[in-house]
Parts: sequence; C-alpha cells; structure tokens
Amino acid sequence: MPEYAFYINSSACSGCKTCQVACKDKNDLPTGVNWRRVYEIEGGGWKEENGVFVSQPYGYFLSLSCQNCENPECVKACPTTAMHVNASGIVAVDSELCIGCRYCSWACPYGAPQYDQAKKVMTKCNLCEDYLSIGTKPSCVMSCPMRALDFGTWEEITSKYGTGENVFPLPDPSQYKPGIVIKPHRNSAMTRNDKAYIAENEYK
Amino acid sequence: MGSDGIFYTNRRSFMKWSAILGSSFLGRNSVFKEIFIPYNPEKPQDNESKIIRTGCPAHNCGGRCLLKVHVKDGIITRIETDDRPGDDISDPQLRACIRGRSYRKRQYHPDRLKYPLKRTGKRGEGKFERITWDEAYEIMYNEISRVIKQYGNSAIFIPYGTGSYTNLNGRWPAVRLMNLLGGSLGYYNSYSWACTNIATPYVYGTLNTGNQRQDWLNSKYIIMWGWNPAEMKDGTNSEYFIRRARENGARTVCIDPRLSMSAIALADEWIPIRPGTDAAMMSAMAYVIITEKLTDDDFIRRCCSGYDSTQMPAGCENEESYKDYILGTRDGIPKTPEWAEKITAVPAATIARIAREYATIKPAVLYQGYGMQRRAYGEQTVRAGAALSAITGNIGIPGGWASGLGSQAGGEPFWSVFPSGENPVKARIPVYLWTEAIIRGKEMGPADGVRGVAKLDNNIKLIWCIASNILINQHSNINRTAAILRDENLVEFIAVQDNFLTPSAMFADLVLPACTQFETWGVEDGWKYGEEVFLTPKIVEPLYESKSDYRICADLAKRFGVWNEFTAGGRDEKAWAEWIIDEIYRKTRFPEMPAFRELEKSNAGVYVKPVSKPVVAFADFRKDPVKYPLKTPTGKIELFSKPLHEMNNPEIPAVPKYIQEWESPFGKEAEKYPLQAIGHHYMPRVHSTHFNNEWTSEAFPQVVFMNKADADKRKIKNGDIVKVFNDRGALVARCRVTSKIMPGVIDIPQGAWYMPDKEGIDRGGNINVLTTERWTALAKGNPQHTIMVEVEKFKG
Repeated sequence: MPEYAFYINSSACSGCKTCQVACKDKNDLPTGVNWRRVYEIEGGGWKEENGVFVSQPYGYFLSLSCQNCENPECVKACPTTAMHVNASGIVAVDSELCIGCRYCSWACPYGAPQYDQAKKVMTKCNLCEDYLSIGTKPSCVMSCPMRALDFGTWEEITSKYGTGENVFPLPDPSQYKPGIVIKPHRNSAMTRNDKAYIAENEYK
Repeated sequence: MGSDGIFYTNRRSFMKWSAILGSSFLGRNSVFKEIFIPYNPEKPQDNESKIIRTGCPAHNCGGRCLLKVHVKDGIITRIETDDRPGDDISDPQLRACIRGRSYRKRQYHPDRLKYPLKRTGKRGEGKFERITWDEAYEIMYNEISRVIKQYGNSAIFIPYGTGSYTNLNGRWPAVRLMNLLGGSLGYYNSYSWACTNIATPYVYGTLNTGNQRQDWLNSKYIIMWGWNPAEMKDGTNSEYFIRRARENGARTVCIDPRLSMSAIALADEWIPIRPGTDAAMMSAMAYVIITEKLTDDDFIRRCCSGYDSTQMPAGCENEESYKDYILGTRDGIPKTPEWAEKITAVPAATIARIAREYATIKPAVLYQGYGMQRRAYGEQTVRAGAALSAITGNIGIPGGWASGLGSQAGGEPFWSVFPSGENPVKARIPVYLWTEAIIRGKEMGPADGVRGVAKLDNNIKLIWCIASNILINQHSNINRTAAILRDENLVEFIAVQDNFLTPSAMFADLVLPACTQFETWGVEDGWKYGEEVFLTPKIVEPLYESKSDYRICADLAKRFGVWNEFTAGGRDEKAWAEWIIDEIYRKTRFPEMPAFRELEKSNAGVYVKPVSKPVVAFADFRKDPVKYPLKTPTGKIELFSKPLHEMNNPEIPAVPKYIQEWESPFGKEAEKYPLQAIGHHYMPRVHSTHFNNEWTSEAFPQVVFMNKADADKRKIKNGDIVKVFNDRGALVARCRVTSKIMPGVIDIPQGAWYMPDKEGIDRGGNINVLTTERWTALAKGNPQHTIMVEVEKFKG
C-alpha cells in the first residue's frame, strides 16, 4: 500500500488549472516546470446527418502531480540515488546528488519528475511536506474552486472515497501502486471503445 | 503510455511559438530598454514574513475572492486563498481561481509601467520618452483646461473600463474630479450586458430577476444556456453551487456551441447549437410547451401580459401576441422543432425533449449566459428565454429562475459607492457608441440612444482612459478605431492611466503609471452575487513612481484648486476606505458588520453574511400580482411590450422573435466568409488583463479553436499557425484542432493583446480586428460575437 494518496474527483474537475498555478506559486516554479499538471482528455467526433449533429465529442480533465508510488520507477531508474524515499515516506529528489540525467522522467509514467532548465536538476512534487508538518493539506488541494481534490494517508483517503477507478490515459496501477484515488468522469467510460487523446500533447 | 511519458511537457513548441510572436514583443520592449531597471525596494517593511488577508485584486472577472498574501521585506512572496473553516453552503470559502493565484507574475512583471511617459512619435506608433510627474500633471492640467475653454466639458470623455474595479480604484476618482471641474460626457450601459440590461426590464421592470444562488440547490432541472460559470465565474462559487445542486438531484443541460469547461464539469448533457440561433430553439420549445399543453395556465393568466389575444394591452388588441408568433398564426410559420432544427442544427427531437423536460421537471432554472446577448439580436434572446420561464411558471418559486439578467433579488452587491458626484454635463451616450461620438458627436441625438439632451453639443476631443483597454483592444473593429484615434484632428489629446503599456496605452499622448491594488487601499463587494464585502489594505509600496488612481486625481485636483473638495477635506485612500465601510456599508447593506478599524485589526479581509434562507425573486408578485405589481406598464410580465411595439421597428419586435443575424451562415456573406467566429471569455485572463501573465498563459495559450472537419477542408493540422480574416482585418494565431467546438464555428478567446505587424496583421490573436462597430437595434449594444470569417494556413 502507498503511504499517502491524492483523491482526484475527475467528475467535478473543470480543468481550470488553479491547482497547477497554486503549486507554482507555493514552490516558485518557473514556466515549463509543473509539479502538478491538469490534462485535458478529448475524444469522439461529429456526424452530420441532414444538417443536424447526431454524435458528439466528449472530454474530461485529470489533475496529476506525483502519485508517490509504493513501487516508484523513478527511484529505481536513478543512477545516483538522488531520487529516494525520504523519512516521511515521500518520494523526493536530493538536488545535491542529482546530475540531471532525466532517467527518472523517462521512467515515471505520470510525468511527475520535472526538469528545471536553470538549475539543471530534476524537481518534483514534495506533497507540500512543510504544510503537512503543520497539519495543512497541500497547496493544490486547498486551492480547488470545485473542491475536487483531497489528500491524506492511503487509509484515510480510501476509507472516505474507496479505491476509485483507473482511467485513460493512466497505466495499469498494479505495477506502480500509485497513491491516487480517482472518481472518474462519466465520459471516461467512452474511452473503452473510442480512441481518446490528451489534447495538449497534440501540439507537439 | 510510452517510456518517454506522454505527459512530457511541450516546452519546445511553446518556445517555437514565442519566437514567432517575439518580434512584436521585442519591438515593444525596446521602448523601455533605457528606462526599465529592476525593482529594488528602498523601504523594506520588516524582515519577518507576515500574512495579510485581502480581497483578490478586483477586475471584471466575475468573482470576488479572498487571498492570504505572504509579504516579506516589502515583497509579496506567496499567494494563498480562503481557508476559513466550515466551507458551509451558506458561507462557502471564497477560493481564488488561476488568475488570482498567479498574481505575483502580474504584480512583479518586468513590463510594469514605472514612470510617466510622453509620446514622441506619431500617435499609435508606440514611441515615448520618460517625463516627471510634474511635467505629466502640467500636461494634464493644460490639456483639460484648454479643451474645457475651447469646446466645453462635454468634449471630455472618461471611457468605460473595468481593469481596476474596487470602490476606490479605476475611473471613479477621475469622474469625481471632472464633476468638480464642470463634468464630462457621460455614458450608460456596459459591454458585458448591453442587451440584457436593456431587454430584461422590458419583460420584468427590473434587473433583479435572480434568486440568491443557494436556491439552486432547490432546483430539479437546470439549463445552462450559453453559460460557462466554471470559466467566466459569474459570481465566486457559482460553479460550485451547480455541483451541489446536481448532488441534490438536479439534472443539468448545457446548450453551447462549445463543449465548455462547464459543459464537461457541470452538465449531464451537452447540446451544441449554432451561434446566434438561440431564440429559434427557445421559440420551438415554446411551441412544444404550448401545443402539448404544458404551460402553467394559472400563472400566465394571473401574472403575464401579451401571451395571447385575451391579454393584449389596451390599444394593441389586434396585434400579434406571443402565442400568435409561436404558432405562426399571423406569419404562417409555426415555430416547430422541425423549423428550428434547420436553423439551430439541434435535432427536432432533442428540442422537443428539452422543452418537455423543462416544462415538467419542476422547479427548473433556465440560466442565460451573456455571450449570446453580445450578438446582433441579443435583445431577442434575452426576452425569448424569459418568456419560457414565464409560460412554465418557473418564476417566484424556490428552485425556479426568471431568466433575464438575473441580478440577485433582495439587493445586489454595490458595483461602486465611491461618491463621484453629480455630472453637470447631462448628455449620456450608449457606452458602445463612443467612436461615433468622436467622428459625429454633434449629429447624435435620441435616435443614436443619446440621453439627457436633444443633441450632443460636441464631438469627443479629449479622452482620459483609466484602467481600460477599450480604446483599442476591447472595442470592435480595431483597424477602424486605430484610424480614428490616429487622426489628431479628431481626438486632440489622449491620456491613458494603467499598470502596463497596453495596446490602448500605445495610442496615448500621455501615459500615467497607476499602481496595482496590492499597493493601495480599496473596498470590494461581491460580483453580481454574494453577501460579502472585502477590505483590501495597502500591503506593499507602489513600485517605482506608480501612484494610485486616487492619488493621481488628488494631485491633479491640487493644480485645479479643488483639492479640498476632491479629498473631502483631506481624505487619503485609507480614509476613504474607512468612510466607505463605516458610512456606506454599515448604514445600508451590512448594518451588523464590524467597523473599519475592527475589520482592519482582525485581518479577516472579508465580512460575510451567511445565506441560510435564500431570497426568491418575484415571490410576492407571484402570490399577489395586484398588490405587488412589477414596474412594467401593465404591472405584469410583458411577453408583448407596448413600448417596443410603438418603436415600430422590425428589428425591435413587440414579442421576442428569432431574426436572422446580419452576418450569418445563411446569408450571402457566407460564400466569402463561411465560418462563424465567437470569442469566449478565457480562463487565463480577465478580458485583456493577465494576457502578459506567464503562468496563466503557459496553462492556457492563445489559440484559435477549430473543428477537425473545418480544419481538414483547409488542410490545417493541430498546432499550425493560421490566419483568420474578413473584410475588416486579419489575425494570426496557433490553431487548436479540436472536437470540442461544433463544425462551422471557430472560437478566438477574446482579450488577447493587439500586436500588428508591418502589414497590419495582428500577431496577438485579438478577435476585435474582425468584429464590427455596428450596434444592436434596441440596446445600441456590442454584437461582438456576430461575425463571419475565413481561415487559412498562414504563410508568413
């Protein structure tokens, strides 16, 4: 079992990215470094019949940071032990040891480790450990205008919300055991029979 | 999911895009090369970090939220939001959105205006030199005095603007000063709500047609018609209230050309509709409701006027009633779902189903967004929606909603209580017609919507534009406006007062650097909804030589010899904040709120009056329409309006009608420009404010949203740079090919900064190079979403 869990209510997420920016403000992150990221998933299409539209596209949002996996691939991939699990059970990066090789970012299926061009090291979500130590939830959780995020120990979150569902485009969780509980948007069911995609990635 | 991680950020393409836009940005920045120095606070306040609770800097963003601002050494180091315990529905936390949370990037932006600037090149060219405040005041004094002497006060205009929107900041102090100096040309109405402000009272006799929002939790069915509260807010927490209403069992439907953020997060069903055809679908819904006898006949009989031939106002007995129009009795066109299907692109069966659901799943809300009234016949849409609320009797009951503007019953927040005084100049123009008043003011009278006088006695000769980007960026048809403003024989002097060298400031003769709201005092009320008032103290010193809007006006008042009157005997910003709380709020809206000094000392930032029993609009009227009549000519809900009938104008029918727009996919113009373009209110900014905020722009870059079918036809791929154009202008932007907008429609989020290249093509992606200056028939309002365009891959 993972130590901690984020609860992500994707069914209530509007994709406003307030959490993403609240994180940047709290952690002074430059443009291009996003410890929390809101992904826009899109799919479906249009069929016009006699001038009216009968089929419809769909979409939903997923707000992700570090899932603090029980089996963190990033830690395994790190050649210098910079990426490690700290005393609080949080997956953390020691910037003194980090050589900026980015192996961890390739290994992580969630995009959590973020390379800081200026500092030449990897950086990542630290669950606002300083906030946790004073009994406050992470900045992202406290920011959500839709109250769609929550955080706690795995026990707290799963006893409150269950274990949730895995949704597109997240990988099979059995390998990583991520600390994340997702309440899916109803539209995520559409991805079972339809090729959905992450909208922003299409810009590449 | 590849090992590279499909979530890998696309910094590279972001950089590529920046490089494309770079030339214009650099061109502008070069103006400042010599005069920009990094901020170095001279007077650090203390070494300990402290947390100040304050209202989020007030723009016209649709919300008013609470911030916890960390300050260290006189610099803002972190911005958190409302964390008051409880978060009960009667008093939910006022959590700031992405714009408030990213405010440090605006506050400490390197391009902040630092000194007064005087134009050196041609007007609009963007060449300035640094001058002192003394020189700036001297210029202001001389120009205002000259124009008053040469033309009179009515030649001076302080335009509409909401870039700084507390009770003390923005244009109000300047209006007070000008009123002490003999006044200035006034205006009425707004760019936001032009049509609904005018049309709603023709139906209800008031703009306060809304229940307090907690009442949405009593609703069983909510239609969000062109309404996107998750993105444009429309009251802090409106989207959260809808979430709670759904959890309480309400079914929600969103009708919108775009699969908006609200359609995804708040709606059970999304129905795409062709822009500008809402009144057709509304009429067809009425057809189903009437012919299937789903009307609330008792309510119609007691509370409505003009529904059918039995209740026509005196003197109009033989005119076409609302029911006549819907059934096609006079014009031979029954407004059936099949009729509407061809116009709206919504299947007839869907229209009929939504009509039945709305009329039978009661109580129901039909909430109108404002985008669909910022159109050629926006007045018709407003009235057609209100008519549906009326014939189904969803008015005056908990869980219902009267539609129309929807300001809250029982007292809406105060937009401004700063005493700007009485304007000795009686003339007021419709806010949208200020460019007309520049080129032909002296010809303008009541036919152009002029109020207060039979005819204007002046053209506008001096503009003092404060916290406003209306001069260029936010007004329609930028190329036309720019040509008007470049002509120094028309407007002889333009002063712009703002935080940045905005596209409007580029056209100034004199630029005055205003400080931000973190750097001065202010008082904020809720935005349209809410029962709260914020105290926003000065928490850091103004950067460089910037000053508060009030301070600038007070300094000018000294030159004009009216300092004592202007400052009411010497009040500074804080003294006014105290006066506003103690003398206005505590004596009107919130008698029980703590006094200013108590509020300041508490560091609460906000006073909130919880809403446990939400007020329901028109409850008394519904109970007894004779005892509590509306302020309409008949005292009832007017489905037929005699005053409108008497205007005798086919564009202003007496009953709400669908009228084909002057630029539409059904007109000849569609041969050349086949795509409809709308410009929705975009999450990363408030109109044009925050366009230069790197955090919000990273999250939401400026793009043109286009359906894949339209993109394929033009061989446009996702991420391509495209040119959007019509006869009025052209812009260049990156194209986001998406399934989330209906075919035939593109969306260019409004508010991007106008940055023309040498050929005059806008590289900023500002939709207003394409919009028309033409105004709507009744409200004389802005129809900025009614435009036809073509798009092609950009080869520049």
